[in-house]
Amino acid sequence: MGFIETQNVTFSYGTGESEAPNNVLTDITMKIEKGEFVALLGHNGSGKSTLAKHFNAMLLPSGGKVYVDSMDTLDESLKYQIRRKAGLVLQNPDNQLVASIVEEDVAFGPENLGVPSEEIRVRVDEALKAVGMYEHRSHAPHKLSGGQKQRVAIAGILAMEPDCIILDEPTAMLDPQGRTEVLDTIRKLNREKGITVVLITHYMDEAVLADRVVVMDDGKILIEGTPKEVFSQVELLKNHSLDVPQATELIWRLRQAGFDFPGDILFEDECVSVLEKALEGR
Amino acid sequence: MIRDITLGQFVPGKSILHRIDPRVKLLLTFLVIVFLFVAGNFISMGLMVAFVLLAMILSGVSLRLYLKSMKAILFIVIFTSLLNLFYGSGEPLVQLGFLKITLDGILRAAYISLRIICLVFISSVLTFTTSPTDLTDALERLMKPLRYIKVPVHEIAMMMTIALRFVPTLLEETDKIMSAQKARGADLESGGIFQRIRALVPILIPLFVSAFRRAYDLAMAMECRCYHGGDGRTKMKQLHLRSHDYTIIAVTICVCAGVILINIFLPGMV
Repeated sequence: MGFIETQNVTFSYGTGESEAPNNVLTDITMKIEKGEFVALLGHNGSGKSTLAKHFNAMLLPSGGKVYVDSMDTLDESLKYQIRRKAGLVLQNPDNQLVASIVEEDVAFGPENLGVPSEEIRVRVDEALKAVGMYEHRSHAPHKLSGGQKQRVAIAGILAMEPDCIILDEPTAMLDPQGRTEVLDTIRKLNREKGITVVLITHYMDEAVLADRVVVMDDGKILIEGTPKEVFSQVELLKNHSLDVPQATELIWRLRQAGFDFPGDILFEDECVSVLEKALEGR
Repeated sequence: MIRDITLGQFVPGKSILHRIDPRVKLLLTFLVIVFLFVAGNFISMGLMVAFVLLAMILSGVSLRLYLKSMKAILFIVIFTSLLNLFYGSGEPLVQLGFLKITLDGILRAAYISLRIICLVFISSVLTFTTSPTDLTDALERLMKPLRYIKVPVHEIAMMMTIALRFVPTLLEETDKIMSAQKARGADLESGGIFQRIRALVPILIPLFVSAFRRAYDLAMAMECRCYHGGDGRTKMKQLHLRSHDYTIIAVTICVCAGVILINIFLPGMV
């Protein structure tokens, strides 16, 4: 069994009798393995955030089942165990910090879990070091930059010692530098600490960093696979008005024009070397 | 300009008063305030004044800030001392129609003014040397026994913490909304008082809407971090009384005892 597993999950808001049930999620079955880095991709209203909130029992499926580390999210008594295992980081860094001092905010999660004081201290210091915010531990959050605030929010989840971190568009409100900071932090946590990462995003260049990409459209899974597998389906993605990374797009257009290039280019340097080779051949 | 507003009057520092346990500071401040009223003559009052002055010096905060905090209540001091000035008994020193000023009145006025001034200064010592977070924390811990009479102590402290956290965020937001409305031609600076209040409506409405949105987000973030009220909650920061706390407690109690002794053995100076 995977770490997070959904079985035929359906979800709809409001079950008013006058309205026909409006499904936000329809029949979603997927699996996320321990230690994996999965990107959940889709444009606004595709249901990707709704699905993410099922992964830590913030929302419960209207139909089907969600299991987190073999625990059924419908079981009310397991709610806090599930949330401890799978932490959720939200989009707006300003709205998820609780305390007026960085280290006290990071301590909020373990304090809720009833961890002994001495251990909280250790966890807070470790979490802040892991996201590179240890020097800022006694600052006020409102004096930090957006990227720094978001890293503090990640540290707040880390201090609960979760196996999995779900990030709901964590970079959407950040400047380019903040985005890089947050993405580097996420990748480091995934590689060095083996934490399972589910990154919800609508940026293609963030999705290519993942081990696996799941593309959602209209509450269903459109396509899933490695970034190379997914982004080689340029036509399918374009039909659903989704973009592909710029390098992929360029090579795809050249292929349309009759050039013989490989169809799985994702990164700029790959694209450059392919073009160089082609130009040398002339 | 709106960003200059700071909540509370905390002056960061490393003085001994900054370092003592906030619970001790809070309780001792209350004790001193009570004893400002217990002090019954000029000698015991003199002792209290000396104690308050010592606290002000130990706090390492500049006198200018203390005087600034006096400004707000200057009127009350003048008013009460004038009132007392004319209500003294005994032989009049000066007679102004039906008003008479007596020696007793002058002493009384001086006495009352000293009491009010000390009251303000000692509370300022507390707020200057204790951060709002520490103050909230101390309040929560001290009020804990009230839980048994169904006072939601944890919830009150949580609300105060969140309020303190969001004050700068909302101030920044107000600034942004004001600029946005000005850019659309809102006139905030002219007209009479009512016109100006009306002009605030287009600022307050977006501010409220966004505050509710933030509250919704924050509630979700708190639930994600397993918040479920005060039950079974632990705290990272533990407060322990250390030697300098005991020293300050001892000194304060000695002063208070002194006040009582002076009251008993040297009565009736006022």
